[in-house]
Amino acid sequence: MSKLKTTRRAALGLVAAAAASFGLQANAGGHGIDLAGKTVEWIIPFSETGGSAKWANFYAPLLSEALPGQPTVVVKFMPGAGSTKGANFFQEQSYEDGTLIFGSSGSTQFPFLLGDPRVKYNYADWNVVLASGTGGVAYLPPEMAAKMNGLDASGLQGEDFIYGNQGATRLDLVPTLAWEMLGLNVESVMGIKGRGDGRLMFERGEANIDYQTSSSYLKGVTPLVEAGTAVPMMTWGSLDDAGNIVRDPTFPDIPTFKEVCDATEGCETSGEKWDAWKAFFVAGFPAQKMVFLPNGASNDAIVTYTKAFEDVKARADFAEISGARLGKYPQMTGEKAQTALSSATQVPEAAKAFVVNWLQEKYGVSLN
Amino acid sequence: MDIIATALPALADAWALILQPVVLGYLVLGVLMGLCIGVFPGLGGIAGLSLLLPFMFGMDPILGLALMIGMVAVVPTSDTFASVLMGIPGSSASQATVLDGFPMAKRGQAARALSAAFASSLFGGLVGASFLTLFILVARPIVLEFRTPELLMITLFGLSMVGILAGRVAIKGLVAAGLGMLIGTIGEGASSGDLRMSSYDFPYLTDGLKLVIVGLGIFAIPEIIALLRQDRAISQEPQLGGGWLEGVKDWFANIWLSVRCSIIGVVVGVIPGLGGSVVDWIAYGHAVQTTPDKSNFGKGEVRGVIGPESSNNAKEGGGLVPTLLFGIPGSGSMAIFIGAIALLGSGQIEVGPAMLKNNLDITYSIVWLLALANVVGTVICIAASGGIAKLTTIRFSLLAPFLFMIISFAAFQSGQNLMDLVALFAIGFLGILMRRFDWSRPAFLIGFVLSNPAETYANQALQIAQSRFRKGFEEGLDYIFSPIVIVLIVITVISVVLGLRQAKNIMAEGDVQSGSKRAPLVFLLCVTGYIGYAFYDAASIPSFSRDRTFPMFVAGVCLVGCLVLLIRMMLKPETDTIFADREKNGEDAEATHGLWPTLAWFAGLLILTSLLGFILALGLFLFAFLRIRAGLSNLAAAIYTACGIVFMCVMAGLLNRDFPPGLLQDYADLPWPLG
Repeated sequence: MSKLKTTRRAALGLVAAAAASFGLQANAGGHGIDLAGKTVEWIIPFSETGGSAKWANFYAPLLSEALPGQPTVVVKFMPGAGSTKGANFFQEQSYEDGTLIFGSSGSTQFPFLLGDPRVKYNYADWNVVLASGTGGVAYLPPEMAAKMNGLDASGLQGEDFIYGNQGATRLDLVPTLAWEMLGLNVESVMGIKGRGDGRLMFERGEANIDYQTSSSYLKGVTPLVEAGTAVPMMTWGSLDDAGNIVRDPTFPDIPTFKEVCDATEGCETSGEKWDAWKAFFVAGFPAQKMVFLPNGASNDAIVTYTKAFEDVKARADFAEISGARLGKYPQMTGEKAQTALSSATQVPEAAKAFVVNWLQEKYGVSLN
Repeated sequence: MDIIATALPALADAWALILQPVVLGYLVLGVLMGLCIGVFPGLGGIAGLSLLLPFMFGMDPILGLALMIGMVAVVPTSDTFASVLMGIPGSSASQATVLDGFPMAKRGQAARALSAAFASSLFGGLVGASFLTLFILVARPIVLEFRTPELLMITLFGLSMVGILAGRVAIKGLVAAGLGMLIGTIGEGASSGDLRMSSYDFPYLTDGLKLVIVGLGIFAIPEIIALLRQDRAISQEPQLGGGWLEGVKDWFANIWLSVRCSIIGVVVGVIPGLGGSVVDWIAYGHAVQTTPDKSNFGKGEVRGVIGPESSNNAKEGGGLVPTLLFGIPGSGSMAIFIGAIALLGSGQIEVGPAMLKNNLDITYSIVWLLALANVVGTVICIAASGGIAKLTTIRFSLLAPFLFMIISFAAFQSGQNLMDLVALFAIGFLGILMRRFDWSRPAFLIGFVLSNPAETYANQALQIAQSRFRKGFEEGLDYIFSPIVIVLIVITVISVVLGLRQAKNIMAEGDVQSGSKRAPLVFLLCVTGYIGYAFYDAASIPSFSRDRTFPMFVAGVCLVGCLVLLIRMMLKPETDTIFADREKNGEDAEATHGLWPTLAWFAGLLILTSLLGFILALGLFLFAFLRIRAGLSNLAAAIYTACGIVFMCVMAGLLNRDFPPGLLQDYADLPWPLG
């Protein structure tokens, strides 16, 4: 099985490389697909107002320019049931002419990993053409941050923390599990509509611990840090090529959770708990948003889209425009995207079992 | 002094940016597009902005802002057309306008109502912008004083407006509001995701019902059906009275009401988390409370139009504060607006805490572009209102099929599911019965709108307060009873006491005669049955979950209310107001057509849609309706039908929207718009 996958991946990589070097011919000849005069529908399983919408709206016009034939790319929003509605819809679609793509997010991945009864989709059936990563930063009010001794968080263990939580089974399980591993007593206040509301709760002094994804941190929290009302605690880190957690390149001066955990008594960077945390971190952040072609997509179509996203990345101004709008995240295509997809959607059974059990014990959430 | 020293130059820069011909040109373009879209109920700013997004990429920031703001600003202005002329609440901002605006249209005063509404909108927008120019500089710390207990109190204050709108039997209004709240709790709970009145086997309800569907169902459908049964024009007077100038005079005569409601609008709009859903009700309540002679409310009192309309445009300005200063959108359209700003230019404008420091000139440009767009939009609307008001003189059976078309399409856009249409029909039917038995529909809608914030804030405030009390008794008390909370409690109590005392005089939906006992009793028993089941359903959620508390509490209170009503029904004679029934006396009783055949037309459209898909079904429905019910010739019916379908397709094509598919589309692959 794994051998088969490797071969397929290698073949894919080869095709992609070939397509990249003969880009022009591929467009003119029969190797790519021509989308001239067509309309590409990009399904986003969230509402117009979320982070996935921002991400898709950023890419849509660039993708339109980069695809052969310059088709119109329209973003179609299909919110419902925490994104499982749109994903289930996409699962039912079969490949036709390459005019249908889907954008998933961490909130689509987590229910899939946790075996949510509403999930009728399977990532293994889809064909990834782009994976966008992100990171996360936890932060504290200054008086709490002062209780940390360098990297050692044991000074915080006796405190009562309040955190605005979007939902026990959402991306928020990565920070809440991390804090629990550090021995912090964090009470989750549920019913937050988005991380922005969580930050507001922190600013109002009701919550005294919070986290934001990288771009929201840069926009919303950096000014607070400058004003002295918030202090960064740790990042979730980012993955190096060997799959190790290293410092987030966007925040090289902020320690990672791994460093803090190592320095804090009672927190282990090995074992069942750590493996579970790492598995869900990998599923939720380094490959948070992905673009897929539906089940049965032709190799030509995969190559065409991969090349188009590579062209977008190769734009001279890409670093500048994406830095301002998406943050400095890795944007992966081809083989890298495949690797990201596998690590994001294949969580070890033990890690899954641990988290399911933990959710049941801590929040009474039953996933069966 | 320091503040003014930085503000004045920024304000001058902002005006220099705005007053370029090309910027004004884009603003007018945005306004025109916004007016076209705003007339469509249920779509509003979100659809319009999504349409503009692809063009925002790399656009000169000030031009992009002018275009977008032009569009967003006029939606609460132009949706007044639907509210006043058709009784269709175009968006949550104009629900209260329906209460008095539509009765005015029925009395042949549509143009007067419209221009009074537009003048108020314009004035509200300008008051809002002026207020914001100063307030935005000091807003941040003030807004941060509004913690969860304060938000909860504002929500409760909004709910207290039920007192004024409860109708003649106060307990009936209370139960109606409770029923609205219970319907608002349907679906996954916000706290731990437990399901209320729904199941994963039937996924539609797990997301809850959308405001668009409930608003259209509870207000628009009963009115459309009632008018259709009488087979006449909306306006009872053949000659339209009250030109647009009269409306402007009405507004000027009530200018202080307009000022106060504008301030209410901008202040409530400033508070993040509540959005605008309560503003128009609070303004309506204020208008009622400050009017000495309350007997005309609900029958076409112009103050009932001026109040909410002054507040809803001012609210848009207030909503800029959370959007720009905190990066937290106050509404759906503001969320897209934030996303779109990031696409402008090279992304140098960053909405959020740094906005005032780095982009004060842009902030001011946004505030005043909004005000300017209001002026342009209002002038266009007032100019058009006289002509558009003539719609109310058209025989209603020619208008109704197109209204069904529009509201079905609008409802479908909220969830893109055929079940949206079923839900619309079901809520519409509830609305028809509530109207018939004189249960307050405004109270129901307020309950529905505020159900979610009331539950979330109550749970959160409780949880945070518990944590504070653990730290110390005093700290807990300080958290719950802040000065703002105490002031709000006093205002709410006064409002409830005054409201209940006055409610008997305010018939928000006109006078209703009483009839026999049986029908009202059966309806009450059905409502009681639903509430009882909702109580049982919530009680079966495991007891550690917070998701059960709120529905159980509301259902419990409602059950007591139902019991009181039942006892009163047993004791009183059938002439008592509690037995109000429109089918016994008045317009409905004398209507040309029965309720059921009329409703069957609408049901027919839904059933055909589920079989053939929307466009084919619409073709058949429009033709059959116009031919049979309206009695047009074959040729005329065919032409009207074609016009309706072309209009629908152009609109949906431009906005990139789909139509509901039916069974046919499962088997045959049809091209858009049929498939």
